[in-house]
Amino acid sequence: MALPLRQRIAWVAWTFVLVASLTAVYALNRQAEGRPVLPDDEGADTRYGFHLKESAKAMGVTFTHQAPTFDAQLEHIMPQVAAMGASVTVADFDRDGWQDFYVTNSAEDSLNRLYRNNGDSTFTDVAQTVGLADLNRRGSGVSMGSVWGDFDNDGWEDVLVYKYGRPELFRNIEGRSFVAVGERAGLPAWVNANSATWLDYDRDGHLDLFIAGYWPDGVDLWKLETTKIMPESFEYANNGGRKYLLRNRGDGTFEDRTEAMGIRSRRWTLALVAADLHGTGYPDLFLSNDYGVSELFANRSGKRFDDVAANTGVGMTPKSGMNASVGDVFNDGRLAIYKTNITEPGNLVQGNDLWVPASARNPAGFENMAPALGVDLGGWSWGAQFGDLNNDGTQDIYLTNGYISTGNRGDYWYDFGVIAGGHSTIIGDAKNWPAMRGRSFSGHERKRLWVNDGAGRLTDVAQVVGATDTFDGRAVALADLGNRGMLDVIVANQKGPLLVYRNAVEPGRHWIQFELEGSAGNRSAIGAHVELHWAGRRQAQIVAAATGFSAQNMRRVHYGLGAATAVDRVVIRWPSGATETIEHPAIDRLHKVKEGASGGR
Amino acid sequence: MAVETSPSTGLGAGPSTPLGAGAMPRASAVAPWKRFFAIDNRFLPPLLITSILLTAHVSFGILEGWERTGLAIVTAIGAELVMGRLTYGAWPHPASAYISGISAGILVRSPFFWPYVLTSLISITSKYVLRFRGRHLWNPTNFGVSAVVFLAPATVAVLSVQWGNVVAPMAVIWLLGTIIVWRVGRLHISVTYVLSFLVFSVFRSWWTATPWVANVAPITGPMYQLFVFFMVTDPKTTVKSVKGQCLVVFLIAATETVMRLNEIVYAPFYALFVVGPVALLVEQWVETRRRVRLQVDLKEIR
Repeated sequence: MALPLRQRIAWVAWTFVLVASLTAVYALNRQAEGRPVLPDDEGADTRYGFHLKESAKAMGVTFTHQAPTFDAQLEHIMPQVAAMGASVTVADFDRDGWQDFYVTNSAEDSLNRLYRNNGDSTFTDVAQTVGLADLNRRGSGVSMGSVWGDFDNDGWEDVLVYKYGRPELFRNIEGRSFVAVGERAGLPAWVNANSATWLDYDRDGHLDLFIAGYWPDGVDLWKLETTKIMPESFEYANNGGRKYLLRNRGDGTFEDRTEAMGIRSRRWTLALVAADLHGTGYPDLFLSNDYGVSELFANRSGKRFDDVAANTGVGMTPKSGMNASVGDVFNDGRLAIYKTNITEPGNLVQGNDLWVPASARNPAGFENMAPALGVDLGGWSWGAQFGDLNNDGTQDIYLTNGYISTGNRGDYWYDFGVIAGGHSTIIGDAKNWPAMRGRSFSGHERKRLWVNDGAGRLTDVAQVVGATDTFDGRAVALADLGNRGMLDVIVANQKGPLLVYRNAVEPGRHWIQFELEGSAGNRSAIGAHVELHWAGRRQAQIVAAATGFSAQNMRRVHYGLGAATAVDRVVIRWPSGATETIEHPAIDRLHKVKEGASGGR
Repeated sequence: MAVETSPSTGLGAGPSTPLGAGAMPRASAVAPWKRFFAIDNRFLPPLLITSILLTAHVSFGILEGWERTGLAIVTAIGAELVMGRLTYGAWPHPASAYISGISAGILVRSPFFWPYVLTSLISITSKYVLRFRGRHLWNPTNFGVSAVVFLAPATVAVLSVQWGNVVAPMAVIWLLGTIIVWRVGRLHISVTYVLSFLVFSVFRSWWTATPWVANVAPITGPMYQLFVFFMVTDPKTTVKSVKGQCLVVFLIAATETVMRLNEIVYAPFYALFVVGPVALLVEQWVETRRRVRLQVDLKEIR
């Protein structure tokens, strides 16, 4: 039957619209994927002003992480349930002016390592000598990470090692040895934790402790009484471990103030960061949760915490949070939160979140600007850190990723997708989970190193600057290991070698660093807010304990200055609440600043 | 391809639903109070899907914000109005476009805004373009979602996880959905599909040596609620006979099983994408042969 002319014309028009729409989908997908800069690209090797060279072995670092082996009832999914534990934290534990780092191991009876910086580009493992090696003995759990802070204000960085097991707190005895004080301090007997941090939430000058449980309380992964230990939902799970906010009494003991301060979360926390995100002078707590929404606990003058995640936008969409770090990506003083999630093409596209404090339109809210800046698609993303890797005056992002890499060509994603859609009675029981049978699961992923051009565009240059590994990365830490005025990168890989990417920044790019020491507030100055002003620019950074995933950067703050040859001033807001300004600090050097003693105002 | 009649989509949303407007009691035959409470069948599916969205969002906060879902709905309705008006010279009823838009808003998962716009646009446009003898061949949302996840795997996924674990809201959705598909006379389609899925899950479990409950798990999720109540029952893209409808959804479940054994994640969408149009074309072919035979018989009689 012949159609009226009108309908014929319309059909042609709509056909064009359909074809154009399908083409647009394809093109926009390609564009959003973001093609990384590759070594073959013209000028790629010199364009970004720095290069990374993996140098672990040359530096004497020969550590390979080992995973634990849990109860045999979990054998069929062991690579998943034992998929964490590789961590790295940086501290100058012996106060010799060189940054050292500590890495955890996770196999039963395996040893952790403390790499002491020899000051000549080599490192020596001194963990056994100082008493920080043998922490994975059977029956006490296995290490998942560590976090450094001077909790007794004696000037020496102490360390907490959190585990799937008994948390271990060590007091640093003048850099010569570490003494276990957890039992006397009143720490909980067992926490299945993947994250913890130091913060002075009540500004009393003593560092308090926050430990976040992951697996449900009471679960001994080596002796399961039931296989119903898994998350009750892939995105709405509320059956994870409890949290511990432990107030430092100042006498070497801690008191549990969790519920009293309003924190009742049972989410599956994988990463957290404490930072003053509301400008109150008190540190807030951002929790990056697996299997659910994030939580943002706003600190109400040290008297209570309110979860404002939903109201501020950061806790609306449930994803698989695995990282929490903060950085000033726009050089305007606003601290953005970078939270990593899962992206696996064809299966799950959560996208990473970059929560930037919104404009004056909604000062209490955050806007996810990761898609706009192109830092959303990072594979199965784990640890990430902000840092100016090329000293151009802007904060870049280093991201490691990859979940489970095997030699098997099969892929577990389909089976995971099936179980992830199940009701709690199905997904919550490990025995219902399909066996992995040696298959990879978002394995062998290329890493991301997004260089910030300062104009709202971040470009992935990992492949061209030398970050070319494909291990199953977990933790990333940034530190100036050679006191050369540039940030090196340490990456802890699950069941893989520890990598140390030595940085080489091209000449002519200036820098400045500050190492803070509190006096009225905690001596580590954890929680300090540092804002640098130079050449008409400004950038905020914080002194944090835990940041990223199972990681801690060096406590110094490092600023690249680009070609600028002078700094106007640095404004330090100490954890005590005091503010200090130093005018025209010299560039290309480290400034050690003691609270109230700098001559600033 | 030809366009002859006003298109529609979605369960009971079009003018030719099984009960259709005829299901409305005639004004003169019923009491005023009954007229007040009677609901036009065209509004039932939109009410159901809206209740699903609201229940899920209030209970679990499933939406990152209303912007993406709003974009999908506005795009679908806008495209429907423009295309309907320009094609047929009359304003189409927006109920089916609303369902397509809200389905896209719920099913599509992406950190970007454009997939929501383009999924809705492709869904509605497909109704006006991909037609054969006056019928559109694909369920619009199924076409739109399938096309977008196929063409944009790096940026778009389909909702595939539970909305929380509270049984009550899920039970309400299943109950409401069942009542509504029963009222519009398409319960047999949904039931046949669910039973087929369950039977095939036993086979898949045996074939892959994986726990049976793991193979059943997907159907307990919200994606399947939308699939079972809105997609496979779409009157405009299902065959006419009851037996045929049951056979087609059985074949969809069978095709889905083959795809699942090959670890194709979006198997239900792709299975409907493949089987649905083929079933319609076969039906048209059979009808044509029947008409030709009838004409031949009539000629012979004359």
